[in-house]
Amino acid sequence: MIAHAIVFYIFSLIAIVSAIMVTVSKNTVNSVFFLILDFISISCLFIMIGAEFLGMIMLIVYVGAVAVLFLFVVMMLNVAQQKNEWFNSSGRSSHIPVGLLVSIIIFFELIIVIGGWKYKPDLLDSIAIEINTDLTNTQSLGSVIYTDYIHLFQLSGMVLLVAMIGAIVLTFRQRSGVKRQSYFKQISRDRKDGIELVNVENNKGVKIDA
Amino acid sequence: MLSIGLGHYLTLAAIIFTIGIVGIFLNRKNIIVILMSIELILLAVNINLVSFSIFINDLSGQVFTLFILTVAAAEAAIGLAIIVVYYRNSGTIRVEEIDRLKG
Repeated sequence: MIAHAIVFYIFSLIAIVSAIMVTVSKNTVNSVFFLILDFISISCLFIMIGAEFLGMIMLIVYVGAVAVLFLFVVMMLNVAQQKNEWFNSSGRSSHIPVGLLVSIIIFFELIIVIGGWKYKPDLLDSIAIEINTDLTNTQSLGSVIYTDYIHLFQLSGMVLLVAMIGAIVLTFRQRSGVKRQSYFKQISRDRKDGIELVNVENNKGVKIDA
Repeated sequence: MLSIGLGHYLTLAAIIFTIGIVGIFLNRKNIIVILMSIELILLAVNINLVSFSIFINDLSGQVFTLFILTVAAAEAAIGLAIIVVYYRNSGTIRVEEIDRLKG
Protein backbone atom coordinates (compact mmCIF):
# COMPACT_ATOMS: atom_id res chain seq x y z
CA MET A 1 0.00 0.00 0.00
CA ILE A 2 2.76 2.41 0.96
CA ALA A 3 4.79 1.46 -2.10
CA HIS A 4 1.71 2.09 -4.24
CA ALA A 5 1.27 5.51 -2.70
CA ILE A 6 4.93 6.41 -3.13
CA VAL A 7 4.93 5.35 -6.77
CA PHE A 8 1.71 7.26 -7.39
CA TYR A 9 3.10 10.43 -5.86
CA ILE A 10 6.39 10.16 -7.77
CA PHE A 11 4.69 9.66 -11.13
CA SER A 12 2.08 12.33 -10.59
CA LEU A 13 4.70 14.81 -9.40
CA ILE A 14 6.75 14.17 -12.54
CA ALA A 15 3.60 14.52 -14.65
CA ILE A 16 2.59 17.83 -13.07
CA VAL A 17 6.07 19.35 -13.20
CA SER A 18 6.56 18.35 -16.80
CA ALA A 19 3.10 19.69 -17.71
CA ILE A 20 4.09 23.03 -16.19
CA MET A 21 7.37 22.91 -18.10
CA VAL A 22 5.49 22.28 -21.36
CA THR A 23 3.72 25.60 -21.02
CA VAL A 24 6.49 27.79 -19.59
CA SER A 25 9.49 26.45 -21.47
CA LYS A 26 11.33 29.06 -23.50
CA ASN A 27 12.30 26.69 -26.24
CA THR A 28 9.64 24.84 -28.20
CA VAL A 29 11.83 21.76 -28.59
CA ASN A 30 12.15 21.54 -24.81
CA SER A 31 8.35 21.73 -24.48
CA VAL A 32 8.01 18.77 -26.83
CA PHE A 33 10.48 16.81 -24.71
CA PHE A 34 8.55 17.61 -21.55
CA LEU A 35 5.33 16.61 -23.32
CA ILE A 36 6.91 13.21 -24.00
CA LEU A 37 7.92 12.92 -20.32
CA ASP A 38 4.37 13.79 -19.30
CA PHE A 39 2.86 11.14 -21.55
CA ILE A 40 5.30 8.52 -20.30
CA SER A 41 4.59 9.17 -16.63
CA ILE A 42 0.83 9.18 -17.18
CA SER A 43 1.04 5.90 -19.05
CA CYS A 44 3.03 4.49 -16.12
CA LEU A 45 0.14 5.54 -13.89
CA PHE A 46 -2.32 3.79 -16.22
CA ILE A 47 -0.27 0.61 -16.10
CA MET A 48 -0.09 0.91 -12.33
CA ILE A 49 -3.83 1.07 -11.75
CA GLY A 50 -4.55 -1.81 -14.10
CA ALA A 51 -5.25 -0.36 -17.53
CA GLU A 52 -2.21 -1.97 -19.13
CA PHE A 53 -3.43 -1.93 -22.70
CA LEU A 54 -4.25 1.76 -22.62
CA GLY A 55 -0.90 2.57 -21.03
CA MET A 56 0.97 0.78 -23.77
CA ILE A 57 -1.22 2.26 -26.51
CA MET A 58 -0.60 5.67 -24.99
CA LEU A 59 3.13 5.11 -25.29
CA ILE A 60 2.83 3.99 -28.90
CA VAL A 61 0.35 6.60 -30.09
CA TYR A 62 1.46 9.67 -28.16
CA VAL A 63 5.20 9.18 -27.74
CA GLY A 64 5.71 7.27 -30.95
CA ALA A 65 3.46 9.25 -33.27
CA VAL A 66 2.08 12.51 -31.92
CA ALA A 67 5.19 13.76 -30.12
CA VAL A 68 7.40 12.85 -33.05
CA LEU A 69 4.96 14.70 -35.31
CA PHE A 70 5.27 17.77 -33.08
CA LEU A 71 9.04 17.50 -33.09
CA PHE A 72 9.06 17.15 -36.85
CA VAL A 73 6.92 20.25 -37.35
CA VAL A 74 9.03 22.25 -34.89
CA MET A 75 12.10 21.21 -36.81
CA MET A 76 10.57 22.01 -40.19
CA LEU A 77 9.14 25.40 -39.31
CA ASN A 78 12.36 26.59 -37.68
CA VAL A 79 10.59 28.04 -34.66
CA ALA A 80 13.67 27.63 -32.52
CA GLN A 81 14.43 31.29 -32.96
CA GLN A 82 10.90 32.33 -32.14
CA LYS A 83 11.29 31.97 -28.41
CA ASN A 84 8.25 31.20 -26.37
CA GLU A 85 8.08 34.32 -24.26
CA TRP A 86 5.41 34.55 -21.67
CA PHE A 87 5.36 37.63 -19.59
CA ASN A 88 7.60 40.02 -21.47
CA SER A 89 5.24 40.30 -24.39
CA SER A 90 4.30 43.65 -25.83
CA GLY A 91 2.82 46.12 -23.40
CA ARG A 92 -0.77 46.17 -24.53
CA SER A 93 -1.44 42.62 -23.34
CA SER A 94 -3.75 42.70 -20.35
CA HIS A 95 -4.84 39.11 -20.73
CA ILE A 96 -2.42 37.59 -18.25
CA PRO A 97 -4.19 38.46 -14.96
CA VAL A 98 -7.59 37.64 -16.44
CA GLY A 99 -6.33 34.33 -17.81
CA LEU A 100 -4.75 33.38 -14.50
CA LEU A 101 -7.93 34.32 -12.63
CA VAL A 102 -10.14 32.27 -14.92
CA SER A 103 -7.78 29.29 -14.70
CA ILE A 104 -7.70 29.40 -10.92
CA ILE A 105 -11.50 29.59 -10.82
CA ILE A 106 -11.73 26.58 -13.14
CA PHE A 107 -9.33 24.64 -10.93
CA PHE A 108 -11.28 25.37 -7.76
CA GLU A 109 -14.55 24.48 -9.46
CA LEU A 110 -13.09 21.12 -10.43
CA ILE A 111 -11.81 20.55 -6.90
CA ILE A 112 -15.20 21.47 -5.42
CA VAL A 113 -16.94 19.05 -7.78
CA ILE A 114 -14.52 16.26 -6.83
CA GLY A 115 -14.83 16.97 -3.11
CA GLY A 116 -18.59 17.20 -2.92
CA TRP A 117 -19.34 14.34 -5.24
CA LYS A 118 -21.03 11.16 -4.06
CA TYR A 119 -21.83 7.88 -5.73
CA LYS A 120 -25.34 7.48 -6.94
CA PRO A 121 -26.84 4.74 -4.75
CA ASP A 122 -27.71 2.45 -7.64
CA LEU A 123 -24.46 3.14 -9.52
CA LEU A 124 -23.01 -0.30 -9.06
CA ASP A 125 -26.14 -1.90 -10.53
CA SER A 126 -25.92 0.20 -13.67
CA ILE A 127 -22.52 -1.00 -14.81
CA ALA A 128 -22.48 -1.56 -18.55
CA ILE A 129 -19.55 -3.97 -18.91
CA GLU A 130 -18.12 -5.41 -15.77
CA ILE A 131 -14.37 -6.02 -15.68
CA ASN A 132 -13.67 -9.73 -15.64
CA THR A 133 -10.60 -10.38 -13.53
CA ASP A 134 -9.95 -13.77 -15.10
CA LEU A 135 -9.10 -12.20 -18.44
CA THR A 136 -6.23 -9.86 -19.15
CA ASN A 137 -6.98 -6.23 -19.78
CA THR A 138 -6.19 -6.50 -23.49
CA GLN A 139 -8.35 -9.57 -23.89
CA SER A 140 -11.37 -8.03 -22.21
CA LEU A 141 -11.03 -4.80 -24.18
CA GLY A 142 -10.74 -6.76 -27.41
CA SER A 143 -13.82 -8.79 -26.63
CA VAL A 144 -15.75 -5.56 -26.20
CA ILE A 145 -14.56 -3.25 -28.97
CA TYR A 146 -14.99 -5.85 -31.70
CA THR A 147 -18.53 -6.74 -30.66
CA ASP A 148 -20.46 -4.11 -28.74
CA TYR A 149 -18.56 -1.08 -29.98
CA ILE A 150 -17.83 -2.24 -33.52
CA HIS A 151 -19.56 0.73 -35.15
CA LEU A 152 -17.68 3.24 -33.03
CA PHE A 153 -14.48 1.37 -33.78
CA GLN A 154 -15.10 1.59 -37.52
CA LEU A 155 -16.01 5.25 -37.19
CA SER A 156 -12.75 6.00 -35.39
CA GLY A 157 -10.97 4.34 -38.27
CA MET A 158 -12.85 6.69 -40.60
CA VAL A 159 -11.79 9.64 -38.46
CA LEU A 160 -8.17 8.61 -38.83
CA LEU A 161 -8.58 8.15 -42.59
CA VAL A 162 -10.14 11.60 -42.99
CA ALA A 163 -7.38 13.11 -40.87
CA MET A 164 -4.73 11.46 -43.01
CA ILE A 165 -6.30 12.61 -46.27
CA GLY A 166 -6.85 16.09 -44.86
CA ALA A 167 -3.26 16.45 -43.74
CA ILE A 168 -1.98 15.32 -47.13
CA VAL A 169 -4.34 17.62 -49.02
CA LEU A 170 -3.48 20.58 -46.82
CA THR A 171 0.26 20.28 -47.07
CA PHE A 172 0.58 19.06 -50.64
CA ARG A 173 1.98 21.61 -53.01
CA GLN A 174 2.96 21.51 -56.66
CA ARG A 175 6.26 23.32 -56.94
CA SER A 176 7.12 25.21 -60.07
CA GLY A 177 10.62 25.15 -61.44
CA VAL A 178 11.37 21.61 -60.38
CA LYS A 179 12.39 19.21 -63.15
CA ARG A 180 10.56 15.95 -62.81
CA GLN A 181 9.91 12.98 -64.99
CA SER A 182 6.74 12.96 -67.07
CA TYR A 183 6.00 9.53 -68.41
CA PHE A 184 3.31 10.69 -70.77
CA LYS A 185 5.63 13.19 -72.41
CA GLN A 186 8.33 10.58 -72.73
CA ILE A 187 6.09 7.98 -74.31
CA SER A 188 4.23 10.29 -76.64
CA ARG A 189 7.38 11.80 -78.04
CA ASP A 190 7.63 11.66 -81.81
CA ARG A 191 10.58 11.09 -84.07
CA LYS A 192 10.35 14.52 -85.62
CA ASP A 193 10.29 16.26 -82.21
CA GLY A 194 13.63 14.83 -81.25
CA ILE A 195 15.62 14.50 -84.44
CA GLU A 196 16.38 17.11 -87.00
CA LEU A 197 18.22 16.22 -90.17
CA VAL A 198 20.45 18.98 -91.44
CA ASN A 199 22.38 19.25 -94.60
CA VAL A 200 25.82 20.27 -93.48
CA GLU A 201 27.69 22.50 -95.81
CA ASN A 202 31.30 21.91 -96.45
CA ASN A 203 33.80 23.66 -94.16
CA LYS A 204 31.09 25.44 -92.14
CA GLY A 205 29.94 22.99 -89.50
CA VAL A 206 26.66 23.02 -87.62
CA LYS A 207 25.63 25.60 -85.10
CA ILE A 208 24.11 23.88 -82.12
CA ASP A 209 21.40 25.67 -80.05
CA ALA A 210 20.09 27.33 -83.13
CA MET B 1 -3.06 10.13 2.46
CA LEU B 2 -1.37 6.81 1.94
CA SER B 3 -4.29 4.89 0.48
CA ILE B 4 -4.63 6.07 -3.07
CA GLY B 5 -8.26 6.36 -4.07
CA LEU B 6 -10.33 7.79 -6.86
CA GLY B 7 -9.99 11.31 -5.50
CA HIS B 8 -6.23 11.33 -5.92
CA TYR B 9 -6.49 10.50 -9.59
CA LEU B 10 -9.27 13.01 -10.15
CA THR B 11 -7.20 15.71 -8.46
CA LEU B 12 -4.21 14.88 -10.63
CA ALA B 13 -6.44 15.11 -13.70
CA ALA B 14 -7.84 18.44 -12.51
CA ILE B 15 -4.34 19.84 -12.01
CA ILE B 16 -3.16 18.77 -15.45
CA PHE B 17 -6.38 20.07 -17.04
CA THR B 18 -5.85 23.46 -15.40
CA ILE B 19 -2.23 23.59 -16.52
CA GLY B 20 -3.43 22.96 -20.08
CA ILE B 21 -5.98 25.77 -19.79
CA VAL B 22 -3.31 28.12 -18.42
CA GLY B 23 -1.09 27.19 -21.36
CA ILE B 24 -3.82 28.13 -23.82
CA PHE B 25 -4.72 31.38 -22.08
CA LEU B 26 -1.31 32.76 -21.33
CA ASN B 27 0.77 31.67 -24.27
CA ARG B 28 0.82 34.41 -26.85
CA LYS B 29 3.91 33.59 -28.81
CA ASN B 30 3.87 30.14 -30.32
CA ILE B 31 0.84 28.32 -31.60
CA ILE B 32 2.49 24.88 -31.43
CA VAL B 33 2.60 25.16 -27.63
CA ILE B 34 -1.15 25.83 -27.70
CA LEU B 35 -1.67 22.56 -29.58
CA MET B 36 0.45 20.81 -26.95
CA SER B 37 -1.74 22.31 -24.23
CA ILE B 38 -4.79 20.87 -25.97
CA GLU B 39 -3.07 17.48 -25.87
CA LEU B 40 -2.55 17.96 -22.13
CA ILE B 41 -6.26 18.68 -21.66
CA LEU B 42 -7.23 15.53 -23.56
CA LEU B 43 -4.76 13.59 -21.44
CA ALA B 44 -6.45 14.85 -18.27
CA VAL B 45 -9.81 13.73 -19.60
CA ASN B 46 -8.32 10.31 -20.32
CA ILE B 47 -7.03 10.07 -16.74
CA ASN B 48 -10.54 10.79 -15.48
CA LEU B 49 -12.12 8.14 -17.69
CA VAL B 50 -9.58 5.45 -16.89
CA SER B 51 -9.62 6.01 -13.14
CA PHE B 52 -13.42 5.96 -13.03
CA SER B 53 -13.39 2.81 -15.13
CA ILE B 54 -11.00 1.07 -12.75
CA PHE B 55 -12.64 2.20 -9.53
CA ILE B 56 -16.22 1.50 -10.61
CA ASN B 57 -15.15 -1.77 -12.24
CA ASP B 58 -16.70 -0.91 -15.58
CA LEU B 59 -14.80 -1.44 -18.80
CA SER B 60 -16.61 1.07 -21.01
CA GLY B 61 -14.54 3.98 -19.72
CA GLN B 62 -11.41 2.41 -21.16
CA VAL B 63 -13.17 1.84 -24.48
CA PHE B 64 -14.06 5.51 -24.66
CA THR B 65 -10.49 6.43 -23.75
CA LEU B 66 -9.39 4.48 -26.80
CA PHE B 67 -11.70 6.56 -29.00
CA ILE B 68 -10.54 9.82 -27.41
CA LEU B 69 -6.97 8.75 -28.16
CA THR B 70 -7.92 8.32 -31.82
CA VAL B 71 -9.57 11.70 -32.03
CA ALA B 72 -6.61 13.35 -30.28
CA ALA B 73 -4.19 11.88 -32.78
CA ALA B 74 -6.33 13.01 -35.71
CA GLU B 75 -6.67 16.48 -34.21
CA ALA B 76 -2.92 16.82 -33.73
CA ALA B 77 -2.25 15.77 -37.32
CA ILE B 78 -4.78 18.19 -38.81
CA GLY B 79 -3.75 21.05 -36.51
CA LEU B 80 -0.09 20.66 -37.37
CA ALA B 81 -0.93 20.51 -41.08
CA ILE B 82 -2.87 23.76 -40.77
CA ILE B 83 0.07 25.33 -38.94
CA VAL B 84 2.46 24.22 -41.68
CA VAL B 85 0.22 25.70 -44.38
CA TYR B 86 -0.17 28.94 -42.43
CA TYR B 87 3.57 29.24 -41.91
CA ARG B 88 4.13 28.68 -45.60
CA ASN B 89 1.66 31.41 -46.54
CA SER B 90 2.42 34.07 -43.98
CA GLY B 91 5.88 33.26 -42.66
CA THR B 92 4.97 33.39 -38.98
CA ILE B 93 3.15 31.33 -36.40
CA ARG B 94 3.38 33.82 -33.56
CA VAL B 95 -0.04 34.10 -31.98
CA GLU B 96 0.13 37.88 -31.71
CA GLU B 97 0.69 38.27 -35.43
CA ILE B 98 -2.11 35.97 -36.51
CA ASP B 99 -4.79 38.64 -36.59
CA ARG B 100 -6.13 38.36 -40.08
CA LEU B 101 -9.66 37.83 -38.77
CA LYS B 102 -9.31 40.77 -36.37
CA GLY B 103 -10.48 38.75 -33.42
